Amino acid sequence: MSSLTFAVQDATTMLRRNLRHAIRYPAVGLGSALMPILMLLLFVYAFGDAIGAGMGGGRDAYLEYLTPGVVIMGVAAGSMSTSIAVCSDMTGGIVNRFRTMNITRSSFMTGHVLGSVVQTMACMVPVVGVALALGFRSGATPLEWLAAAGLLTAVAFAVTWLSVALGLISKTVESASNKPLLVQFLPFLGSAFVPAGSMSPGLRWFAENQPFTPMTETLRGLLSGSEIGDNGWISLAWCAGIGLVGYVWSRALFRSTTKR
Amino acid sequence: MPSSVMPTPRRAGGPQPLVAVSAVGLRKSYGDRTVLDGLDLHIPAGSVYALLGPNGAGKTTTVQILSTLVAADGGQARVAGHDVATSPDGVRAAIGVTGQFAALDDLLTAEENLLLMADLLHLGKREGRTRARELLQRFDIADVAHERAATFSGGMRRRLDLAMTLVGDPQVIFLDEPTTGLDPRSRRTMWDTVRSLVAGGTTVLLTTQYLEEADQLADRIAVLDGGRIVAEGTADELKARIPGSHVRLRFTGSAAYECAAAALPHAARDDENLALRVAGDGGPDALRTLLDRLDAAGVRAAGLSVHTPDLDDVFLALTGHGTTGAGTSLRTKETLR
Repeated sequence: MSSLTFAVQDATTMLRRNLRHAIRYPAVGLGSALMPILMLLLFVYAFGDAIGAGMGGGRDAYLEYLTPGVVIMGVAAGSMSTSIAVCSDMTGGIVNRFRTMNITRSSFMTGHVLGSVVQTMACMVPVVGVALALGFRSGATPLEWLAAAGLLTAVAFAVTWLSVALGLISKTVESASNKPLLVQFLPFLGSAFVPAGSMSPGLRWFAENQPFTPMTETLRGLLSGSEIGDNGWISLAWCAGIGLVGYVWSRALFRSTTKR
Repeated sequence: MPSSVMPTPRRAGGPQPLVAVSAVGLRKSYGDRTVLDGLDLHIPAGSVYALLGPNGAGKTTTVQILSTLVAADGGQARVAGHDVATSPDGVRAAIGVTGQFAALDDLLTAEENLLLMADLLHLGKREGRTRARELLQRFDIADVAHERAATFSGGMRRRLDLAMTLVGDPQVIFLDEPTTGLDPRSRRTMWDTVRSLVAGGTTVLLTTQYLEEADQLADRIAVLDGGRIVAEGTADELKARIPGSHVRLRFTGSAAYECAAAALPHAARDDENLALRVAGDGGPDALRTLLDRLDAAGVRAAGLSVHTPDLDDVFLALTGHGTTGAGTSLRTKETLR
């Protein structure tokens, strides 16, 4: 068997381990699904009329605007939970055991990333389901749904790699669970909940240029038929950039750190 | 590091090297703190070798370097015929490591932990299951095979940990303080397990803070202090170098005490406690002679106890500075855990 075969086998073994954790302890996964669902309900029923009116529509129009934003936020937040799992492994003894075994070095991280992406994507199914139940209607073709899923997977991959690095630099599980907050709330300062154009000038500049805005706009375009323009390519470029930084950083950290 | 995935066959091809572990001049510092200061080791294949020393002596660092977890700053080491620095994957394929802190997946069951190891060793489904079943039986955890490791007691965790280490049938096993924090019964079980490993031809390097443990298990013992080996030999050889064995005699009245002191002029006096300290190994013959001399003087001792050297004595004798601080921490650690 070739080294690639072993690399795939080891990554699959690690993936299976992480998926088993996710199924056995669904709390993290449930949280990843529940938070966006609560956001949907809160923003539609509590603020929907007001914001919708402000944007020149009603509650239904706002639901259509909001759903892609909440889904992007859900994917970002769900992906960030990886750092807790990574840090918890690093502070326990199991990683040192893996390191003294003749296995593909990267498989520990690959397993976490793949597991997290699968889990995050699975969590988005009930979120979209609730949006549909609330009255969200998409005119998207199957191809557009597929593209939407592809975009979300790319976002999940990128953010998860970053999350792995944050998990590796965390000394304790508590600090690992705090670090992701920044990324989780970044979508608020973009076009996820209200158009960036409605914000104050300084914030608007930030909102228009931060990574989650083009992602949100691309998803919105795919699901609601609004103009995507350059946002698609910009999103993919952001995903590639964030993912690459996260990957290279994680790899360097994993090589250099030996935690007890 | 793509080469890292090339499998090195386990226990295959040719005889095992006669020397399982060798190290020359290993050095390691963390910042300006020197942890290993030129360590030499020579462990014959199929033997149990104990590294004995207090906390901070460099035991764990030695194991970390030999098991490829940490790179040495200087010196060379070979494990199972592979250089630790240039062929770490060869080393990894030949070793098993059980560290101070149980390295198991708390969220998985005992059986799943073992199967995880089997999968990572590419054993194949059937062989993996067979191996897991064998080890669950052997380590007396078959009845809790389907319970999560998080629910296990300290002793069970160590047993599962060691079972995981053995899934790959390693040639060389590193046990870093395998019994620290275990109750006496679990400690005995662990000792029996180590003995059975060696009977199977495995080489074991174990670190311990307990002289008794090294005495019970090891063919050879190296006493580690300040990152250097200060003495090396069999348990008997080491003990012979350690003075400090003595018999302590206690008396009820000062008359008897003075009378005994006159009969045993070489004894050290402890006037406050009316006790005499007689140097000697406390063997049956020596004791009989001692009691005969008391009889001849017409004195009866109220109490007699034989003191054998403990780790503190070993250190005092071998290093001249004792285990100041370390000695106390040994004890506190033992009681705290």
